Parts: sequence; structure tokens; C-alpha cells
Amino acid sequence: MVSPVAEPLVRFVNVRKSYDGTVDAVRALDLEVARSEFLTLLGPSGSGKTTTLTMLAGFEQPTEGRIFVDGEDVTDVPVEKRGIGMVFQNYALFPNMTVAENIAFPLRVRRVSRAEMTAKVARALSMVRLDGFGDRKPQQLSGGQQQRVAVARALVFEPRLILLDEPLGALDRQLREQMQYELKHLHQRLDVTMVYVTHDQVEAMTMSDRVAVFSTGTLRQVAEPRRLYEAPESLFVARFLGESNALSATVRQRDSGRCVATLMTGETVTAVMPAACATGSAVHLVVRPEKVLLGKAAQASPNRFAARIAEVTFLGDQTRLRLVVFGADDFIVKLANSAGQDSFAPGAEIDIGWQAEDCRALAE
Amino acid sequence: MPSQNDARAGWRPRHGTYWLIILPALAMLVFLYLVPLADVLVTSITDPKPGLDNYLLLFTSTSVQKTLLTTLRIAALTTFIALLLGYVVAYAMRAANSSQQRLMLFCVLLPFWISVLVRSFAWIALLSSRGPVNAGLMAWGLIDEPLPLVRNETGVLIGMVHVMLPYAVLTLYANMRGIDVRLVAAARSLGASRFQAFRMVFLPLTRPGLIGAGTLVFILSLGFYVTPALLGGGKVLMIAEYVAVQINDTLRWGLGTMLATTLMLSVLFALWALSRIIDVKRLFGA
Repeated sequence: MVSPVAEPLVRFVNVRKSYDGTVDAVRALDLEVARSEFLTLLGPSGSGKTTTLTMLAGFEQPTEGRIFVDGEDVTDVPVEKRGIGMVFQNYALFPNMTVAENIAFPLRVRRVSRAEMTAKVARALSMVRLDGFGDRKPQQLSGGQQQRVAVARALVFEPRLILLDEPLGALDRQLREQMQYELKHLHQRLDVTMVYVTHDQVEAMTMSDRVAVFSTGTLRQVAEPRRLYEAPESLFVARFLGESNALSATVRQRDSGRCVATLMTGETVTAVMPAACATGSAVHLVVRPEKVLLGKAAQASPNRFAARIAEVTFLGDQTRLRLVVFGADDFIVKLANSAGQDSFAPGAEIDIGWQAEDCRALAE
Repeated sequence: MPSQNDARAGWRPRHGTYWLIILPALAMLVFLYLVPLADVLVTSITDPKPGLDNYLLLFTSTSVQKTLLTTLRIAALTTFIALLLGYVVAYAMRAANSSQQRLMLFCVLLPFWISVLVRSFAWIALLSSRGPVNAGLMAWGLIDEPLPLVRNETGVLIGMVHVMLPYAVLTLYANMRGIDVRLVAAARSLGASRFQAFRMVFLPLTRPGLIGAGTLVFILSLGFYVTPALLGGGKVLMIAEYVAVQINDTLRWGLGTMLATTLMLSVLFALWALSRIIDVKRLFGA
């Protein structure tokens, strides 16, 4: 996680924030954002992701700990002196100003000359593909256009860091997806550092270099999207990103990153164990639905079990099976649809299995 | 009672019933308000003789002009001071938490429940040369002689601002509550100092509130009678008192009704002008 080569742009050091003195909104936070990185803070509401962003922006002070930007301790620096661009959830465009005046605002308060201001505003407008919209009032624009104005306003003064607080939350699905790619491309083009807050895991996966997953005030894991999905370090992360089958089990044997565990129903499973757990301790065995092998393919795998199909759902590009196995009926398997595939019928018996490396034993 | 008649006639009978319900109020309005008002209008152009002679006095009589100027000056000053103080109070109310807000709102509304007459006498007692205000200032050694705070224009202004402040506060507060606080936060994050964020974002957004509160206070101030009569000590003659003198003492009804009509038309004009600038209904929370 810690890059030893380059100094990170942002560093949270042991930050804690409590609004009321009893409950911690964020606790023991150590987080680094690399230069030119697109980092997403992901988590359900109340997980502390927005509080973290708010502290970085300077609207809230940490109760404990320090925040560094560019090596400088900014913990006590007021909002306006931090030089951080921010895009708000509701855009927060000034209704009393035109689009151009909105974008010029950060330049105006920095006393940039008129000629330079005009040039920069024009450049920012074209960057977000809104040339010619400068004289409109924000209220006259669509949601997606307002969103782009907010982005242009946040980057027009060339800040070292741009924060985005669920900026796509108010847009409809199609526009959201389009804006995700637009933001991603903007990030690549401008080589600026962005910290993005969202509760939408797909959004996080689509845009981010790295994702930081939060739950109940704690940072659970920071990693590249792929690593986060394939090698979650906690049950929470496994469940929050995509679908997972989680089986309660007890560790029986362990050696060098692997373990053999027994399920409640008596079956024995071989799994990968990322963090060392003592023999006899309780773990959750997590298997992704698309990693489960079926029928003949399952017979070669070390973990093999007999199951019965409870439900078959056709989803276009894939088929989703709900299976009765391990004493429950909520084991999910997904497989990509292809020509000449076996058809599945509810009630049929079927063999399932998975490779040891596709199953992770995670402590609670 | 409900016959086939009702069913066939549809909404018509019900429509008629509604009219009956508002009839007493309508009759009262017409006979006790509109008819006398028309009488005032007629009197102003017929007494003592038919013609616009009374209205000519607006341009010829120095005492009428002096009264009008005094009225305009006091109304304008009252408006300015009430807006300034009201803005501060409304701003503080907006920033306060909800229990503080309730308390502040209660304090703002409290004077509404006390008669203007009582308040005027209270101000006379407080501000007179031997009243607690002057006594206190002298005790602290801030002044050597009592300040003339009452029975003059200063007294009238203090009393009128006191009466008008709740109107200014409530109108401004309604306007400020509609402003998204995140706009100010956004301004700060974009590099504006507290003052810049206020001046460039918050203040312009309260313009409709300022215009609305200003017009309201100004219009109400024009017609003040009791407060200037008592706190002015007979030295500050505003239009309402001037009218009263013409009606009660000098019996120049034509002049009195002309001034009353002029006042009413000015107010109507001001309201019309206001409605051209902003949405009056939204401003007063309708």
C-alpha cells in the first residue's frame, strides 16, 4: 500500500473524527493518495467516506491525527487556503451567476487578470464540451451539463487535487455511465489527482486506479479494483463488491497460506487463507458465483459437492442458478451463456466444485 | 332535501351556496370599507368646492410638502435601519440550531403581542432625559448631559424601527432559509474567504429578500400614526398625523382626504412596482 518511491500527494495519519464525542465517524485512518491517482472512497452511507473527504477539503477538522497534502500539514489550514477543487453532490452552482461567471469564480477570488480569466474559462468550457454555454444560467442547463460546469469550475484554477462527492448521484443511469467515462478520460488527460466518493461499486470499479472500502468508520481495504474483487481481505469487502457465497467454517489444518476447514454441515473444504488464523478459529469461506465449476468440470476440483438446483434465472449474457447445498438454499452460481450449453432444470441434481485458490477463508 | 334538481344541475347549486357563505364578509367589506373609501376619494375632489384644488396643494403648500418630506425621510431611515438590524438577526437565526431558532423567533415575535401605544409610552419612559438610558450613560461617564433621545426624530426612529424589525426579520429569514448553505461552502472550497463568499454569493442571493422586506417596511412606515405622534412630541409631523389634524381640528376635510388618497395611491404604486421585480407571493411564504 505504501509506495516507497514517490512521496504521496495526500497522507492521512491516524485520523479520527467524532462529531458528538461518543461515536467515531472515522477512526484510525491511515490512507495515502498517490500523485495523479484516481482514488475512490467506497462504502455504504454512514461508513465515513464522506467525512474523510470533508476533512480533506477542510470543512471539518479531525478530532485526532494529521492530514498532509504535498508534504505540508494542512490539518489546521482553512478551506480556502488549501487549493483543492471540489465538486459537490448537488453541483452547488451559484444561481446568481452565469455558467462562465461560475467557472471564473475561483479565478476572480484569486485576482487573476481579466484576459487570463477569459482564456482559462474558455479552455475549461471546451474541456467539458460546453463551448458556447457560457452566457446561460445554471438553471437553464440539464443535470449532466450542470455536472460538467461543476467539474470545470473545480479544475479551472489548476488545483493539485480535485475532490468529487457523489457527483453523479442525481443523474439517470445512462447519463451516469457516460459521465463516468468522461470523468475518467478527463483524469487521464489532465494528469490531476482525484479523490472520488461513491456508494456505487460499479462506479468505483469503472473509474478508479485504486478503491478504498469503508464500513462503519473504518477503512477495510485499499487496492486496485481487480485485486479488491479477487482478493478481498474481509467478508465485508467480499460482500460489498459483487456477489459472494459465504460459508461459515472452522479451521482444521493450516500451512503456508492454505487451510482445510470444516463447514457446519460437516463438509471439508480447502481454501486460501490470506491472514493467518489459528486452528480451531471460525472463518468465512468466500466463493465468487462465477468461480464455481459445474458437472464434469467440477469433478477434477479438490472441493467437490453434490447439490440440487432450486432456481434458474436467465439474465441474457449469463445464467444464474440458486442451489440447495450445505444445508441451505442460497448458494449462487453464475455462468456465462454460450452455444450448446447444457440446459438446467430446477430439481435436477448437479455436481459443484471449485479450485482452492478461488475460495478464500476470511476472519470476521 | 337532496332532489333530482341537484343532480341535474351539477355544480351550480353548490357554487351558489359558496357565494352565500362569503356574502356577510363581502357585505361588510363593501359597506364598511369600500363605500367610505369611495367617500374619501369623492370628498378629496369636492370639498370645499369641486375640482383638483386640494391636489394642487401638493405642489404649492409648503406645510404639506414639509410633511411629505418628513414622512419620506423617516420611512426611508426606518427602512434602512430595520433592514440592517433585521439582516443581522435573520442571518444569526439561519445559522443557529433549531432550539435556538425557536427562542430567537419567539423573541422577534414578542413585541407583536404588545400594543403600539404601550410600547411608545415605554420608549418615552426609557429614553426621556431622566430615563434609565440617559441615567446609565451618565453614570458610566460616557456623557455629561442627557441626550435628546425622545420627543424628536431620533425618538420616532427608535420607536418605528422597533415596530418594524419583526417584519424585516421574518421576510429576510424566509428568504435566507431558501438559500442552500452548500453554495457558501462551495465558494469557500473554491478559494473565497468568509467575507468574499458572503459578498459574492450569499448577499446577492438575499437581494429579493432585501427588496421585499425594504418595500414592506417602507410602505408600513409611511402610514405610521401613534408612534410618531407620541415619540415625536408634536415636533415630528408625519402624514397620518397631519391628516388627523385636518379631519379632527381644522376640519379641512378636503385636504385631509386628498393626503389620505395620495398616501394610498403611493402605496399601491409601490406594491405594483414590487410585484414587477419579484414574486411577492413566494416572498411572503404563500
